Formats: sequence, structure tokens, C-alpha cells
Amino acid sequence: MRRWASFLHRHVWLRVTGLLALPLGWLLLVYLVPLGLLFLTALWKTDSFTGRVRRTVTTDNLADIFSDPVYVQVMGRTVAVAVAVTVLCAVLGLPMAFFMARVASPRWRPVLVALVLTPLWASYLVKVYAWRTMLAPEGGLVDDVLSFVGAASPGYGWVAVVLVLTYLWLPYMVLPLYTGLSTMRSSLIEASADLGARTGTTLRTVVLPLVAPSLVAGSVFTFSLSLGDYITVQLVGGTEQMLGNVVYQNFSVDLPFAAAVATLPVVVMVGYLLAVRRTGALQNL
Amino acid sequence: MILSRGARWTLGAATAVGLAFVYVPLLVVVLNSFNSSRTFTWPPPGFTTRWWTSTVDNEGVRAAVVTSVQVAALATAVALVLGTLASTAVTRYSFWGRDTISLLVILPIALPGIVTGIALNSLFTGFLGGLTFITLVIGHATFCIVVVFNNATARLRRLAPNIEEASMDLGATRFTTWRLVTFPALRSALAAGGLLAFGLSFDEIIVTTFTAGPGIQTLPLWIFQNLFRPNQAPVVNVVAALLVVVSVVPVYLANRLSADSTTGGRL
Repeated sequence: MRRWASFLHRHVWLRVTGLLALPLGWLLLVYLVPLGLLFLTALWKTDSFTGRVRRTVTTDNLADIFSDPVYVQVMGRTVAVAVAVTVLCAVLGLPMAFFMARVASPRWRPVLVALVLTPLWASYLVKVYAWRTMLAPEGGLVDDVLSFVGAASPGYGWVAVVLVLTYLWLPYMVLPLYTGLSTMRSSLIEASADLGARTGTTLRTVVLPLVAPSLVAGSVFTFSLSLGDYITVQLVGGTEQMLGNVVYQNFSVDLPFAAAVATLPVVVMVGYLLAVRRTGALQNL
Repeated sequence: MILSRGARWTLGAATAVGLAFVYVPLLVVVLNSFNSSRTFTWPPPGFTTRWWTSTVDNEGVRAAVVTSVQVAALATAVALVLGTLASTAVTRYSFWGRDTISLLVILPIALPGIVTGIALNSLFTGFLGGLTFITLVIGHATFCIVVVFNNATARLRRLAPNIEEASMDLGATRFTTWRLVTFPALRSALAAGGLLAFGLSFDEIIVTTFTAGPGIQTLPLWIFQNLFRPNQAPVVNVVAALLVVVSVVPVYLANRLSADSTTGGRL
């Protein structure tokens, strides 16, 4: 035991390898390799005659997706939903995070953070289900409340999808914004005010650029998670479809095609992450 | 920058509205589980605990609870071991590619669940001979590692390495030092990470859909199957309320145990 310990003590790389072997081995074998295989599968093709997968590299699947107006439309709508959700999360999240980080008294800050954070852990399915009952066209809570102002529930459709996804991913936006705003140096804001800038100008020219990396960090989550969602659309989207639904419906019959569709959000995400990396926003995660 | 009273109030109101937006649906779920109307008309005509009793007697639900607990417990155990190892390597050593590890660990929950799900699914069905209980545990453990990793890393970063060095200077081996110095300091962070990982696994649905073997039903899978059956609606509501409670309690406890990681390690 002692000899082994002193041998380990002298060989740092052996210790690092020992520590990393299991976790890295796991993540590589169970996660990265299958992910790579999935992307490879996207380049294979299911023979429409025999139904078997032909393992030759082809971009047919991608061509199929982009030449079919139905899929192009689904893709466009999915991206539009993801953009709308991200914008809504930012619009709702910015004032919340600003209040939590810079207006609320320090005693209240951890409480507010905990309040925003806790629902993140509540079951995803239950939250979507809650909205499904609330948005029910007749007799739902939303319909009931809106009837006071003479409006009706939006029912199940795109409005509901955007609303529910915004609801689901809002904490992912608020928390990075909160971190960014609370670590921002007050002296910068004061300097701006001392130099004569009004509150609006300070917010626009000092606070917003400083908080931009956090905004981007939050949007990585809101955007990515919206792009790949399929259960929300199933529950509150009525008959509408997003990319996730196309993947879900195809994966047991035509895996290469499903893999190709699933690759699209990942490609968008990786591109987004690479662009974001240059702003240094990932340090905030 | 001086904010006027009005601006402060507006921001406060915006925050209150935001929090209401976040909490109302969860409250509705809990309230609906006591709603005496079968169709959940709003406002509820009356309250009853009838659905809770019939849920406790529901064998499908009971079996699903047992499965969920088993999966979550096993996945948490695996995540605790792997997360602690990775975290120790990242915080105590510097090596090539160190920064990539935290990115690699978070990937399984940062990418859309359906991508993780079908990647794992094709691995299990293509190479491991199909889906079983074990494949479900493997899938869950993979996305739970990040929670343990982040909680342990936050604590280890705060724990000055010179305490460990002192222990070794006094003649303790690395193993003894870990057992007597590092682990006691890390314990509560691991407990917090473990609780959160358990909660994360307990109510996961998407990866579960793609990795659970035939006939294996966790609580979220049970909900999903019964969601569109009107006569099961009262029981679905109770199970949904139960899941809300089961996920909120670990967060509260984790917060009490460890305040290192404000986000609980999910971000």
C-alpha cells in the first residue's frame, strides 16, 4: 500500500489518469461515441425497397429534408419558435435579473435566486401538463381569467408552444443574467452617471454591453432546448409539428433520416456555441 | 445610476409577475389534485382527498414509483462516483484538455434530450443487444454526472489545497488524506449533488423514453401513457402533484446542505 502510494506520488500523470479513467471512459463510450455514430448514421441511407440501412456515405437524407417543402417549413417554424422563445425569455428575464441583482436588498437576493431556481427542478412533463390543463379551450384557468377582459384562451397551437417553452426555459435565462449583473462593478455604472448619462443611456451603453455575454450564455440554453423539443408540441401544439416530432416519428422506421434531422439542431447549436465562444460568454456557465 | 422610485417599483413588479408566471402552474397542479370535479373545471367546485387515496391504491402507480426510485438511486450512485473522480482531477491537477471536461460533462443535458436519447438508443439496441433496466440506469447516470461534478467542483475550489498538503506533510498517504481530510469537507456538497441528481433522474422523461426497456415504466412514463385517457385524469393529477413535491424537496434540502453552487450545478 505504502509503496503503491509513493509510486503514485512520484507519477502525477498516473494519478490524473487514474482519476479520469472512469468518468472520461464512461462519457466517451456511453455518450461521445454514440453521438458521433449518430452523426455518421445521418450520412447513411435506408433502402426504400428493402428497408435495410445501406452503410455508404451519402448526403441523400439532407437533400431529402431540404427538397421537401414540408420539412423546410417545419424547420423554419422550429427556428422561429426558438428565436421567439429566446427573445421572450430575455425580455422577461432582464428586468427580473436586474431587480434581483441590483435593486433587491442583499438579504433577499439568495431567496429570490432560490425562488427562480426551484421550478427548474420540477418535472418537465408535469409543467407542460399543467399548461395543458390551464390552456384548455373551455374551462381552463387561462380561459377563465381572460374571459374577464373579454378574451379567450389561445387554445392549443403555436402561441401555446411559445408560451410554454418560454415558461420552461426562463430560469435558464434569468440565472446567467443574475450572475452577470451581480458581478458587474458598480463603479462603472456610477462613472457613467457622474459623466452625465441618464439612466436610460447608462443602461443602453454601459449595462447592456457588459451583460451581453450572460445574455448569450442564457440564450444557448433557451435556443437549444427549444430547437429539440417535441413533447411540448405534442401536448399543447395541437396538430403542429416541430423538428423533434419529425425525429421521434422517424427514428424507429428510418434511423438515418431521423439522425439527419436530429443533427440539424446540433449543427445550429455548435455553430452558435463557436460564435459565442469568441465573446467569452461560456466562462459564465 | 440612480433609479427613481417608480423604476424600482416597476422592476419589483416585473419580478413579482415573473415569479407568479413561474409558480402559478405548479400551484394549479397541486390544487387540481384536490379538485373534486373529474374534469377540472376552474374554479374548482370543491376539494377532496379522494384522488389521493385512489392513487395510493393504484398498482400501476405504485410499481412505477418503485421503478423510478430504483433507477434514480442507481444512477445517482454511479454519478456520485464518476462526478467526484472527475471533479478531483479538474480541481487538483492541471493537464491538457482540462477545460474541455466541464463542457463534456454538461453536454448530455445541454443538448436537446431527443439527441441524447436517440444516440443512446442506437448504441444500446445496436451494440448491447437491446434496452433493459440497466440501459435506463446508464442513460440517467450519464446526464446526472454534471450535477455531482458541479457541486463537488464548487466545494473543492473553495477548499484550500494546503489542508490536504499539511495532512500529507504529516505523513498521511493520499488515500488517508482523502478519507480523513478531503471527504469530510466534501461530504455535504456530495449529499447536495446526490439529492439533486436523484431529483433530476426521478422526473426525466425524454432520455427515459429512448432508453427504458420494454415493460419498464417510470413515473413520468406512466403519466405520459395515461395523459390522454380522460378517466385516468384525476390520478394523473395526483402523480403530477407528487412529482412537483418530490422535485422541490431535494432542492430545498440541497440548498440547506451546501451553498457553494447557487444554481445547484444545473447550469
